[in-house]
Amino acid sequence: MSMDSFLQNIANSITLGSLYALIAIGYTMVYGIIRLINFAHADLLMVAAYVAFYGIFIFALPWWVAFAIAVVLTTLLGVGIEKVAYRPLRNAPRISVLISAIGVSFLLENIGIVALGARPKPFPRPEDLVWNIHAGNISFLSLTIIIPIVTGLLLLAVTFMVKKTKIGIAMRAVSRDFETSSLMAVDVNKVVGTTFAVGSALAAVGGLLWSLQYPQVDPLMGVFPGLKCFIAAVMGGIGSIPGAMLGGFLLGTMEVMLVGFMPGLSGYRDAFAFIILILILLFKPGGILGENVVEKV
Amino acid sequence: MDKRKGMKTILTIALLAGTGLLLFGVQNNLDSFQIRILNLAAIYTILGLSMNLVIGFTGMFSLGHSGFMCVGAYTAAILTMSPASKELIYYMEPINPILAQIQWPVFPAILAAGLVAAIFGLLVGIPALRLRDDYLAIATLGFAEIIRIVVTNTISITNGSLGLKNIPSIRSIWVYWGCAIITIIILKRIINSSWGYAFKAIRDNEIAAEAMGISIFKHKLLSFTIGAFFAGVAGALMGFIITSIDPTMFRFLFTFQILLIVVLGGMGSLTGTVISAIVITIMMEVLRFVEGPINLLGIISIPGLPGMRMVIFSLGLLMVILFYRQGLMGTREFNWDWLLKWFGRSKSVERGDSI
Amino acid sequence: MNEKILTTDHISMEFGGLRAVSDFSLEIAPGEIVGLIGPNGAGKTTVFNMITGVYTPTSGKIFFKDRDITGLKTDRITSLGIARTFQNIRLFESMSVLENVMISKHLRLKANLAEAVMNLPRYRHARQQHYDECMELLKKVQLDRLVNEKATSLPYGKQRRLEIVRALATEPAILLLDEPAAGMNPNESMELMDFIAQLREEFKLTVLMIEHHMEVVMGICERIYVLDYGVALADGNPAEIQNNPAVIEAYLGAVELDA
Repeated sequence: MSMDSFLQNIANSITLGSLYALIAIGYTMVYGIIRLINFAHADLLMVAAYVAFYGIFIFALPWWVAFAIAVVLTTLLGVGIEKVAYRPLRNAPRISVLISAIGVSFLLENIGIVALGARPKPFPRPEDLVWNIHAGNISFLSLTIIIPIVTGLLLLAVTFMVKKTKIGIAMRAVSRDFETSSLMAVDVNKVVGTTFAVGSALAAVGGLLWSLQYPQVDPLMGVFPGLKCFIAAVMGGIGSIPGAMLGGFLLGTMEVMLVGFMPGLSGYRDAFAFIILILILLFKPGGILGENVVEKV
Repeated sequence: MDKRKGMKTILTIALLAGTGLLLFGVQNNLDSFQIRILNLAAIYTILGLSMNLVIGFTGMFSLGHSGFMCVGAYTAAILTMSPASKELIYYMEPINPILAQIQWPVFPAILAAGLVAAIFGLLVGIPALRLRDDYLAIATLGFAEIIRIVVTNTISITNGSLGLKNIPSIRSIWVYWGCAIITIIILKRIINSSWGYAFKAIRDNEIAAEAMGISIFKHKLLSFTIGAFFAGVAGALMGFIITSIDPTMFRFLFTFQILLIVVLGGMGSLTGTVISAIVITIMMEVLRFVEGPINLLGIISIPGLPGMRMVIFSLGLLMVILFYRQGLMGTREFNWDWLLKWFGRSKSVERGDSI
Repeated sequence: MNEKILTTDHISMEFGGLRAVSDFSLEIAPGEIVGLIGPNGAGKTTVFNMITGVYTPTSGKIFFKDRDITGLKTDRITSLGIARTFQNIRLFESMSVLENVMISKHLRLKANLAEAVMNLPRYRHARQQHYDECMELLKKVQLDRLVNEKATSLPYGKQRRLEIVRALATEPAILLLDEPAAGMNPNESMELMDFIAQLREEFKLTVLMIEHHMEVVMGICERIYVLDYGVALADGNPAEIQNNPAVIEAYLGAVELDA
């Protein structure tokens, strides 16, 4: 592999890794707090992308307004989903809420198909945001720099929130011990709602950045990124935010490198992520940064 | 007590005979489209029952069913396609020479499909069943996807993404419903046996089940493998009814539809699953009209809404899981006692007894 | 080793940094009724869990009838002849009273699944025998008229009896009871005591029980082990234990004022 293409691959790894990290955090936060694999999380990606798309094309809004609205609406949707589809099942057997999550995911995807059409649509690339940069022999998109920076800032913000703010501490308490927290006058509903809000907002940003990087939107665009981001979260240690970040970057890098070094295997690209998942679940279910939990009899 | 037992046996035989007559009537009187729907319903019945065994009766949230279907479908298709068809269809890469000349009759092929699927069930189950609920769900989903991706890429065996066509077509309602009825009988016997009790015990309280001497892993693996077997059988039948298969048929969407059937019918009720499978299969067809243009009185035309069926079904699933988690039958089964009780009661009313 | 039926040899259980049980040894002779007492959180259920294979001791060994059972899986241990009940009743909620007890016969079933599916005689006879044995047991505890009721619809006291019967149905040599008298009033506790003594006679059982109700423990146990913070505090007959100053101190304020 030539130096240029190697550098290109590095750039791609960072970009893809950042996107995975942003979305993986949402999974890990929700799992950490209510032990739910939120199958519908990745579909929020799609919602944000479409809101922005229609904002720009139908309502002729400036891109940053459309993006802002997209993030807000998606966040509200995420919080709404928790309230309507997950909260009522908080005391039901675990299978029930998992089924509910699957149902919500399918509902979103199919409403997307019905309302927006199954055919992919091109996502706009605003000139202030996306332009070509030349450095010597290589040229790359501004996104290669913008995405990691945005991601980095958001990750810092989330880490700050979880470590230093009151609500963040409450989140950590609830994820450690749900029952005791609720006995300690922690407003569990508010904490769970906030968790979903933060996760959804990050998914929304991730969705917008994703659509800029891979400028095509379709109702099922969230499916595979969703699965892979969940795998990334598991890899880093489900329930751990730094773990999700680490997992996201690792998985993104591994994927790009696999295709880069062994293009003949690119058909197996997606299977690769699943194989990693299964290996982790079998040998170190706590993930890289996770803990080993023992169940009490 | 013996009289009761005698009555029940008579009733069961009567039911089977009645069903036979019904099938005979259907085969000869309904048009091929309607028969096709019913055959599809039989396939979904087998799928629903096999998934219910795993999820409903043993409490393992496995989402990997479509993978086993895929394996079964391909096995049966490759075994029954004529060598001439194979040469024709496999044009990207010639078919693996061992498989090129094989041509089996239908029933051994269906059995083989089940067995191969069961083997895959073992392979997937051995690692995956050590995992908890939510992890098991994702792991089985992952395995199903891996199977699908491998099928797409092992072109000399499966013809890759082009899929297989010219699979022998079977239209007879006896084949599909025959398999379905055999499945119902076998699974009912299993559920009511000591093993079925063990499965339910594992579902209810794994720790207590283990303490009563039940090997959790072995029994989970057994249940899982049996489920995979019947999924493979259903996959084979799928090939015979549609006559062409390809990897994209066996995505998670398929598993979702079966999950819907199981949840609606009641996780833990065989009767519920049978009813649910038939109803949903018919509804899926009926609702097709929602996806095509509707002409009201020839004046107003509402354009079709593709994807609307799934919206309705997703909503349905959510309604059930949120408000009526038991589904139709919960964990109850139809049995002759109900019927006899009902008759007994109305008889005593006639006689003027107090209830 | 002479005829001790159950021996634990300096077993310890560590979870991460926490030592739940340290260096605990006990021995039980066949036919004895032995008590295991101690304040809450002393590690008593952990000892049960080690004996029944739910946990593998981080050190030490466990012997059952001269056989090393350390680290064996729970279902294996049950098949060898150790049965238990649980502190928080663990009945099978979706199943009836009879079905709960029939489960315990599964491990003794000498037929295979194919025979079951084809309803062959060997299977049918085995099942009939299970049914008869289970009904016998249920009759002994006067639960035979409730056989088709959902297990969890029974009143609390009956559920405890059912759990004991279910454990008995596994045909054990030794029965481990985890707080069998929990939630019972004095009358019920007395009945339970008689019941356990009866069982011991009839089924040639050995009994090891964790209990907080002192009148039950003192009334029926021939020997008692005392555990506190995972460490053995004392052992001996009821009189010795009652007068042991260390035991009294450990229990001060924690004992149930029932006597």
